[in-house]
Amino acid sequence: MMSLASQESRPGSDLTRRNFLITMLGAGVMLGYARWPLNAAAAMLSTPNTEPHSAPEQLFEPTIWYEIDRSGTVTINIIRAEMGQHVGTALARILADELEADWGKVRVVSVDSAPKWGDMITGGSWSVWQGFPVLSRAGAAGRITLIEEGAKLLGVPASSCTAHNGAVNAGGRSVLYGEIVARSDLRRTFTSEQLQNIPIKAPHQRRLIGRDALALDVPSKVDGNGKYGLDAVVEGMVYTRPKVPPTRYHSKVVSIDDSAAKHVPGYLKSLALDDPSGTVPGWVMVFAESFIAASRAADLVRVTWSSGKAATVSEANIQNRSVELIADPKTGSLVVDDPGVDAALASAKRKIERTYTTSTVMHFALEPVNALAFEKDGIFEIHTGNQWPSLMPPILAKALGWNQEKIVLRSYLLGGGFGRRLDGDYTVPAALAAKAFGRPVKMVCTRADDMHFDCPRSASTQVLRMAWGDDGRVTAMEHDAAAGWPTAVMAPFLMPKGTNGVLFDPFSISGADHWYTVGAQRVRALRNDLAEQTFRPGWLRSVSAGWTNWALESFMDEAAHAAGVDPVQFRLQLLNGAGRNAGSAPNSVGGAHRQAAVLARAAEKAGWGKPTPKDVGLGIATTFGQERRMPTWTACAARVHVDRTTGRVTVEKLTLVIDAGTIVHPDGAEAQVEGGALWGLSMALHEGSEFVNGQPKDTNLDTYRVLRMGDVPEVEVEFLPSTEVPVGLGEPGTTPVAPAIGNAIFAATGARLRHLPIRPEAVREALARPA
Amino acid sequence: MTTFNLNGHTVSAGSPDDAPLLWVIRDELGLTGTKFGCGIGMCGACTVHIEGRATRSCITPVGAVAGANVTTIEGLDPDGRHPLQMAWLELQVPQCGYCQSGQIMQAATLLRDYPNPTDRDINAVMAGSVCRCMTYVRIRKAIKLAAERMAGANRS
Repeated sequence: MMSLASQESRPGSDLTRRNFLITMLGAGVMLGYARWPLNAAAAMLSTPNTEPHSAPEQLFEPTIWYEIDRSGTVTINIIRAEMGQHVGTALARILADELEADWGKVRVVSVDSAPKWGDMITGGSWSVWQGFPVLSRAGAAGRITLIEEGAKLLGVPASSCTAHNGAVNAGGRSVLYGEIVARSDLRRTFTSEQLQNIPIKAPHQRRLIGRDALALDVPSKVDGNGKYGLDAVVEGMVYTRPKVPPTRYHSKVVSIDDSAAKHVPGYLKSLALDDPSGTVPGWVMVFAESFIAASRAADLVRVTWSSGKAATVSEANIQNRSVELIADPKTGSLVVDDPGVDAALASAKRKIERTYTTSTVMHFALEPVNALAFEKDGIFEIHTGNQWPSLMPPILAKALGWNQEKIVLRSYLLGGGFGRRLDGDYTVPAALAAKAFGRPVKMVCTRADDMHFDCPRSASTQVLRMAWGDDGRVTAMEHDAAAGWPTAVMAPFLMPKGTNGVLFDPFSISGADHWYTVGAQRVRALRNDLAEQTFRPGWLRSVSAGWTNWALESFMDEAAHAAGVDPVQFRLQLLNGAGRNAGSAPNSVGGAHRQAAVLARAAEKAGWGKPTPKDVGLGIATTFGQERRMPTWTACAARVHVDRTTGRVTVEKLTLVIDAGTIVHPDGAEAQVEGGALWGLSMALHEGSEFVNGQPKDTNLDTYRVLRMGDVPEVEVEFLPSTEVPVGLGEPGTTPVAPAIGNAIFAATGARLRHLPIRPEAVREALARPA
Repeated sequence: MTTFNLNGHTVSAGSPDDAPLLWVIRDELGLTGTKFGCGIGMCGACTVHIEGRATRSCITPVGAVAGANVTTIEGLDPDGRHPLQMAWLELQVPQCGYCQSGQIMQAATLLRDYPNPTDRDINAVMAGSVCRCMTYVRIRKAIKLAAERMAGANRS
C-alpha cells in the first residue's frame, strides 16, 4: 500500500519496513540522499508501525473505508488508482466533509487488492461519481457516532452537540475526535444497508467539497520521491525484458538462439513462457542481473516464431472490414432502435449521409508497462501500477495454476493510466517469469516493447445519416459505428444486449446514443472481428466517446450547414429535452437542457458569430461526456488558424464549459479538463498510428507524434455552478475537442475533414477539393 | 568502474562504461526520481544535469561522466524547495507526475539561461519534455512564477 498524509510532518518516521523486505538499494540510503522517512514513498513499501498508532481496539473503524486513531488521525482507504487525477484527495474530501474531520489530520492509503474492497477499477471517469454516495455516508456515520460518544464525555445530550473540524462541541466546550477514540468504547460499525439510510449534508453545509486543497499526491511528484511500478524493488530480484512475438495471438516459439547474448555480462538465460491463460502466447523472456544486461541481451537473442495469420493484416484491411460490416444491415447490435427510421429516410425531403474514420491510437503512457512479481509465503505478489486490480487475480490464477485468493496486487503510483493500465495483461508475463525462474523477477518493457504490446484504441469507421421532413424538421437519424471492441476481449461480462438481443460493447458505442431529439433514431454497434484477431483493442482515455463524437459532432455541423441553420442554433433546437432526453434523477436531472446550457455558454464565451480574421475559424461541439447514465455536460469551442499553403492547423484557443454537477475538488477538476482537452487536441492533430503486418507501425517518439509544449493553445475552462450529483471529469474534456477543431477548420476555410488525426496533407487535399 | 560526483557525493559505478547513466543512477545507485520513458532521448523523463547542463541520461553512457558533476531531481535542492519545486507545488502542476522530475530539471537550466523566459523560450527549451497528462499549461505558468520569484530574490 502507499499512503499520503495531509500533514507537514509525514507519517513516514514511524514506519518500519515490511519484513519480507523491500530494500532501497544501497547507495542511495547510505549516501543519505534519499529522504525516504519523510515521504509517502517509504510508506508505500512499508506498513505502519504500532507506535505511536493505536492498537486495533483503540481505533474507531466504523466502516472499511477509514479509521480514526487516538491522535485523531483519520486514515482513509482509497481503492482507486492514483494516476494523475488526485483521486485520493477528492475521495478523502468527500468523506472528511461528512465526518467533519480536521483536514490537516487526514491521510490516505492506496490499498492493495483484496476482495473486501469490491470492484477495484479506476476507469470510466467513475471514481468520484461512484465514491460520493458511499464515502459521504460512511463519513456521516462516523460523525453521528462521534457526536453520540462525545456527548457522553461532555455530559450533555447528543442533540445539543455539533461536530466541526475534528471535534464535538456543546455549549462552548469541546472534545477532540482523538480523545473520544481514546476514552470511549467505539465498537459501533455500520452495515451497508444501515449506511444507505444515513442522511448526508445539504450542499450549503459542506465545508470541504467545492473548496480547493493541495492534492496529497503532489509533493512526492516534485522531489522524485513518488514510487511508481518501475521503482519497485525486492531483495534478490532479477530483471527480465520480453521478446514480444510478431502477432498478439497464435505466435509459437520455434527456436531460441541466445549464443550472442551469452557474451553480455550479467545475462542469465532466455525462456519461452507457457501461459495457460492465453494472455501472452509466444512470449520469450530474457533474464539478467540488471535491466541493462537484460535489454542488451534481448537485442541479441534470436527467436524464430511461427506466426498467426494476423501477421499480414494492415490498417486498411481493418477499416475495410468495418466498411463491410456496416454495409450489411443484418449485422451488429441495435443499441437504439426506434420504429420508422427507414421510412423517414425513404420519404425524406432532404437527407445526408457521411462517413467518418479514425486511425489506430496508441496509449504511450510515459512509464512503459512493467511489473515485479514474486512468491512469498504462499502468496504471489505483483508490484505494479494498475487501474483494475480486481480483474487480474482470476487470470493470474489460471496462468500460474495458483489459488486466486493467494494472489495480491500491491499498489503503486501509475506513470500514466489513460486506460492502458485497465488491461493488466503485463502482470502475466512477469508472474510467469517469476514462477519459471524461481526468483523474484522485475519485468521492464522498453518503449518499443510497450508499444508492440499495447492495446491501442481501435481504428473506427462510422456512417451517419439524417433525414428532414417536408416542414424542414429533422425526422430521423442513424449512426453505425464499427471498431474492435475492448470490452468483448477483456471484460465480456460488462456487455449488455441490444434491442435485437445481440451483445454490444458500451465503451465502443457510447456517445452515439446522444441527447438530441431527432425523430426516429437508430444506433448500431458493429464489432470488427479482424481488428480483434489482430490486436487486443484497448480502452483509451474517453473510450468510444472520444471517437463517436468525432463523427457525431462533425456530422451535426454538416447537417446544420446542409439545413442552412447556424450550427449552434441547430444543436440548441434539437437539445429540447423531449421524451427520453428529459433526464431523470439522480444522475441526469435536467437532461438535454443542461447540455444546451453548456453549449450556449461556450458559444457566448468564445465569441460565436463574431467575425474572425482570414483563415481563422471558430468551431463548436458538445457532448454528454462518457455515458448517458452519468452525463457530464460538455461543450468546447476551438479557434484555429489554417495555413492554406502547408495545410498546417494551429489551435489558438480551446474554451470548454462543463456542467459536472457538484465539483468536489475544483483545482483538480480543472486540471483534469485541461489535460483531457489537450489529449483531445493531441488525438485530433497528431496522434495516430496504423497496423502494418499485424503490428503497430510506430513504436517510439521518432515517428509517433504527441502534443508538446509548443503545440499547446490557450485553454479556458468554466464549470457551471450546480449542486447535482457529481459526475466524472477525467475524460469528458477529451470528447468534444476533435470535432470542434474539425468544425473550426471548416469555418476557417470551407474544407471538411472526416478522418482523425487531421494531417496537413489531408487539409491540403480538402482545400483542393471543390466545395 | 566509473567514478563521478552525484548530488555532491563521490560515487563509483561498476556498470560497463557504455551503460546508460539513467540505469546506473536508478538501478545501481538507487535514486529512482529520474524516469525512463522512451530510451531514445525524445521524451525528457530521464533529464539530469551534467555539469549544470540538462542532459538525457538514457542516451548518455556512464563512462562519459567520469569525474563530472551529475545532479538528479533528488539533488536539485537540499530540501526539495527549489523555486521551481515550490512553484510546481503552488500551482499543482503534476498529475501522474512521472515526467515531472525531467520537466523540473529541464526548466532549471532554462531559467539559468533565460532568467525571464518568453513563451517562445519556453516552447523551444521545453519542447523535448513530453507530458502525457498534458500539464503543459501549468508547467508554463509555474516556470514563469519561479522566474519571478528568483528575480525577486536576486533583487532583494
